[in-house]
Amino acid sequence: MSAGETDGGHAGREPGGHAGQESGGRLPVGVRFREYQARRGRGDGPPADEPGREFRSYYGRPILKAPVWKRDIPAYFFTGGLAAGSSMLAAGADLTGRPAMRRATRLASLAAMGASTYFLIHDLGRPNRFHHMLRIAKPTSPMSMGTWILALFGPASGIAAVAEVAPALPRRGVLGLARRALPVAGTTAGYLAAAVAPAVATYTAVLIADTAVPSWHEAYPQLPFVFAGSALASASGVALLAAPLAETGPASRLAVAGAAMELVASHRVENAMGIVSEPYRQGRAGRLLRAARGLTVAGAAGAVLGRRSRLVSALSGAALVAAAALTRFGVFEGGVASAKDPKYTVVPQRQRVEESTGAR
Amino acid sequence: MNRLYGPLDPAPDAGYQDPPARMGFFTDTSICIGCKACEVACKEWNGVPGHELTMLGMSFDNTGALTANSWRHVAFVEQPVPAGRQTPAFAGTPTGPTIAPAAAADAVTTTTDTGTEPGLDPGRHPDSAARMAAGPEFLGMPASELPGRQPGREERTDLRWLMMSDVCKHCTHAACLDVCPTGALFRTEFGTVVVQEDICNGCGYCIPACPYGVIDQRKTDGRAWKCTLCYDRIGDGMTPACAQACPTQSIQFGPLDELRERAARRVERLHAAGETTARLYGHDPEDGVGGDGAFFLLLDEPEVYGLPPDPVVTTRDLPDMWKRAGVAALAMAAAVAVAFLGRPA
Repeated sequence: MSAGETDGGHAGREPGGHAGQESGGRLPVGVRFREYQARRGRGDGPPADEPGREFRSYYGRPILKAPVWKRDIPAYFFTGGLAAGSSMLAAGADLTGRPAMRRATRLASLAAMGASTYFLIHDLGRPNRFHHMLRIAKPTSPMSMGTWILALFGPASGIAAVAEVAPALPRRGVLGLARRALPVAGTTAGYLAAAVAPAVATYTAVLIADTAVPSWHEAYPQLPFVFAGSALASASGVALLAAPLAETGPASRLAVAGAAMELVASHRVENAMGIVSEPYRQGRAGRLLRAARGLTVAGAAGAVLGRRSRLVSALSGAALVAAAALTRFGVFEGGVASAKDPKYTVVPQRQRVEESTGAR
Repeated sequence: MNRLYGPLDPAPDAGYQDPPARMGFFTDTSICIGCKACEVACKEWNGVPGHELTMLGMSFDNTGALTANSWRHVAFVEQPVPAGRQTPAFAGTPTGPTIAPAAAADAVTTTTDTGTEPGLDPGRHPDSAARMAAGPEFLGMPASELPGRQPGREERTDLRWLMMSDVCKHCTHAACLDVCPTGALFRTEFGTVVVQEDICNGCGYCIPACPYGVIDQRKTDGRAWKCTLCYDRIGDGMTPACAQACPTQSIQFGPLDELRERAARRVERLHAAGETTARLYGHDPEDGVGGDGAFFLLLDEPEVYGLPPDPVVTTRDLPDMWKRAGVAALAMAAAVAVAFLGRPA
């Protein structure tokens, strides 16, 4: 039985009968709806649902609450990844005797960690309660785990960076003692930071995937690789920018490895998840991610092909750093867009329900 | 560690020894009259801020959604479907088709300042709103063909008015609680989920974690707020404010076991009376969130009321997520090792 068939009426059964005539001077709904459709046809309305994806929603409202995180959070994903990657490069440079690259990446790590701390606290609704994060350690909360990972990583990265001032200290007295002790402390702290760094770079992917946001949650197998690759590429970018060509061989190789990891994983996120991949290809998220891809490819190519040119290396490094920032903002925006649109909540869940009831 | 998925009794799982019975709400939408006494009583008792009244055009719903400042929300849906066995009010009166779908499509873009973030986001897809208001039988038909425009529909159909008082579901597996990094969200001895306002630091993680879009952030103080199932009242053996105020017992409060039995009987009675669209939502401990502490009797699909059709707690996949992150972390370390040591510089 279809809607409207049960009202006991029979007068209008002849085919061709048409409702929606003007009555009492009011604009009938049929006219209003046709106007609405005409508006839509002109392209100044929302797009129609694709066939087979029609769904119902409560006044088109989102079912989920979109993340309230401001730009601080994607910015932190970028600076946190940069800090992590830089610490890993710094440890490698330290181990293989590349002092200029070590200095640049250690300082980059500290600066990025400082920015991260600012972003994380600034984004809180109650910034003066940031220390409430330290009340508990909770494995089911990636944010709690991240707090403790950063509590380990931050000081280690900081000590490693501070150790770089050693050559500037006087040779005698208390500071002379510090001059001799700091490099050892810096190396130890640097290795500790590098050991924790992969967790710093990847836990943020778990953090956003562990939400009801469709395009983040469904991407959970790939997101850690997007973030890890992007972290390596951006840190290599810093090394290419700031260290002499004689030392940047590993950085250009890592730039390619990181870019490859990121590009492969991003491609899957943007294409292999069916309907919930859509938000990553549309609107602002789509533009950000396309720009990120272009810069990543250009940066990785430049890092290899221009490895004999200081200028090309530096430009490639800058491109990789910029690409990593755009990637984080793109992934962030894509998720927010998927939460704000009820389609990405209802259509996949409805499909799941129909599949499971069909199987019964 | 607590279990992340599947049926269980949440209070003992959270570490309570000999807790009282799990308490909850059964909201029977078939007898809701849309009076919004629940919304008002909740605001009164809990001191929840009000906001400026904006007409949203969503039938009688000018609240719009559950927010940090609305812990009960009465949804209104108008559908051209005869309600029960009433005599159609407009039988034989050729006044044209119902306005409901077009009116619903028009109401999609309205919004109001709820004083919260993200509060009431404007909607999208007027088509999906029109389909909501066209009734259950309309599902799957192209939106361009409204019932009134089809041949043989010259008479105005009767209208049914769906009303549903929505509330926090107090999930068995509550994602908001799982992801809260400060311990502000906690499981009570009654199996409910409550935010401690003196602990919450407004990190915002609970907000996108909730599969129902319940919890929300208050702009004025930066903290997350939601229904407490009147923790202060039920601790003293009282009924939560909304259930106390409900004049039709659409909102029923009690031990969850009893409510589930009562709800199953109610559905049987409605089916026997010919209301075959009645179904329960959130009652099943085998569902994606381990069953809701606050569950519903609905007369149409959940998404029509703004509820997700098949919510799954995000932390079900958390062990897998950590594993993937671990593999990515190892790949990262290996890449660095190879880059530095793999071949001579």
